Amino acid sequence: MAKKIALLQGNEACAQGALYAGCNFFGGYPITPSTEVAEVMAGELPKVGGKFIQMEDEIGAMASVIGAALAGSKALTATSGPGASLKQELIGYACIAEVPCVIVNVMRGGPSTGMPTGPGQSDVMQARWGTHGDHAAIALCPSSCQEIFSETVRAFNLAEKYRMPVQVLFDEIVGHMRERIEFPEPGELEVINRAKPSVTPEQYKPYDTSFGNVPPLAAYGSEYRFHVTGLNKAEDGFPTTKASLVDAEERRQIFKVECDEARADVESNEEYLTEDAEVIIFAYGSTSRSARYAVNELRSQGVKAGLFRPITLWPFPEKRVAQLGEQAKGMVVAEMNLGQMVFEVERIVKNTCKLGRVNRVDGEPINPTEIMNQVKEVL
Amino acid sequence: MAQRYEIRFSGAGGQGLITAGIILAEAASIIEGRHAVQSQSYGPEARGGASKSEVIIGDGPIDYPKATIVDACLAMTQEAADKYANGIKSGGLLLVDSDFVKNPPQGDYKIYDIPIMRTAKVEVGREIVANVIALGAMIAMTDIVKRESGEQAVLAKVPEAFKDLNKKAYNLGFEKAKEILGK
Repeated sequence: MAKKIALLQGNEACAQGALYAGCNFFGGYPITPSTEVAEVMAGELPKVGGKFIQMEDEIGAMASVIGAALAGSKALTATSGPGASLKQELIGYACIAEVPCVIVNVMRGGPSTGMPTGPGQSDVMQARWGTHGDHAAIALCPSSCQEIFSETVRAFNLAEKYRMPVQVLFDEIVGHMRERIEFPEPGELEVINRAKPSVTPEQYKPYDTSFGNVPPLAAYGSEYRFHVTGLNKAEDGFPTTKASLVDAEERRQIFKVECDEARADVESNEEYLTEDAEVIIFAYGSTSRSARYAVNELRSQGVKAGLFRPITLWPFPEKRVAQLGEQAKGMVVAEMNLGQMVFEVERIVKNTCKLGRVNRVDGEPINPTEIMNQVKEVL
Repeated sequence: MAQRYEIRFSGAGGQGLITAGIILAEAASIIEGRHAVQSQSYGPEARGGASKSEVIIGDGPIDYPKATIVDACLAMTQEAADKYANGIKSGGLLLVDSDFVKNPPQGDYKIYDIPIMRTAKVEVGREIVANVIALGAMIAMTDIVKRESGEQAVLAKVPEAFKDLNKKAYNLGFEKAKEILGK
């Protein structure tokens, strides 16, 4: 049978990806430029027995997602700009309580209301450090409509596998543009479901590390009864201030994502003509599309340029960026903000190569010419 | 590098030019199986004011999703022509609605005019199909997709009751453009 194909907006592809992954709860509050994600979920979830709820604001929306996720649902919210800011405290709650859920942020500029209808990439550091306290973060950053579909599926998988909130960041340009999508057949993309506890309800502890760094999560409200809190907790879920327990808890929650094994599983990059590249363009989301255009133009002019595109922004692809820094004469970081990921690149490549940057926050995309000019500066 | 062909539809918000862009992208990518990206200017002024929709079509994957050098541009109003009829490639084309664009921006490209809104009102009887007439004309002028692909995409987009109306509009636009080109 021929595959279903359609011309879809990035936001619509995101919702379709969520449905493919088995998402059965959406709690949100509409905000430009993310609204179409909610719009599609509102239409589709009732058809598959899921729940859609529009809450009183973004904070309530995030709270509903945490509740639904704890109760066993695959839960999603989508937001933008100030909506993402409002969700931060509860994202921290989902981190410490280890609640699997997916937060989509269709990025516009900022701070505050900023320019609601313009594209931006200025929430990439917020995705890492927006909520207070030490915590791990997973953030994925697709650059095409098809990839928004597949990365949304992957976000649900990672959320379930690592029992934590996962963010999908894409900018307004890919959120609103339309491209042809091939819908994967059921089973074609991996869909990971939550590990169930193997012990009886009486024996169950929600943070029992004898089951590994990611203890199984029972459905809240089922026969498994347990306590959930935003306080540092012991393995039974009740609050503790015991120094050794708090320390071990905090370290485990970072280690579960940042250990070598997890990094190898979570990290995902695309490289284009990097093997012999003398200059590497580091770009993500829609900006990477301008960068790819620039690489082709530069190659036709005899400049050995290549593109490194992190699809997983967090955890940051430290090893590979370090290697590319050793290999290249220069690196150019292009992003629709006034310089955010460039600091991570700088931290990793140190002084091994020259570093250039292209930044833009006027609501216009970074065009290939701007990138090409900067490449010539660092060579 | 994959060849890219860039088309821009511009006019007043509410004239259906984003829809025209979507239909063209569907004709290219769904019906003809090529690569296409459609995007639009998107602002608080989207209704009324000038709006634009861009379609990039290529035989390979399309990287930069916005227009770089426009091959063909449509302007339905003077404001849209002033704001968006720029960046047109040397040897490219600009199609304007002759009743509304009195001073088309000049450049090293061909300018054609058709009274698009008037054709919709007088010859089809509904102003609402002006975008479909414009789409037919742009496809005729650019040959970027086959005539039948455009028609098929239009018909897939509209409700049953409006199929005849839109078919007529599309073919009228196509014929008028071919007539002008033939002169």
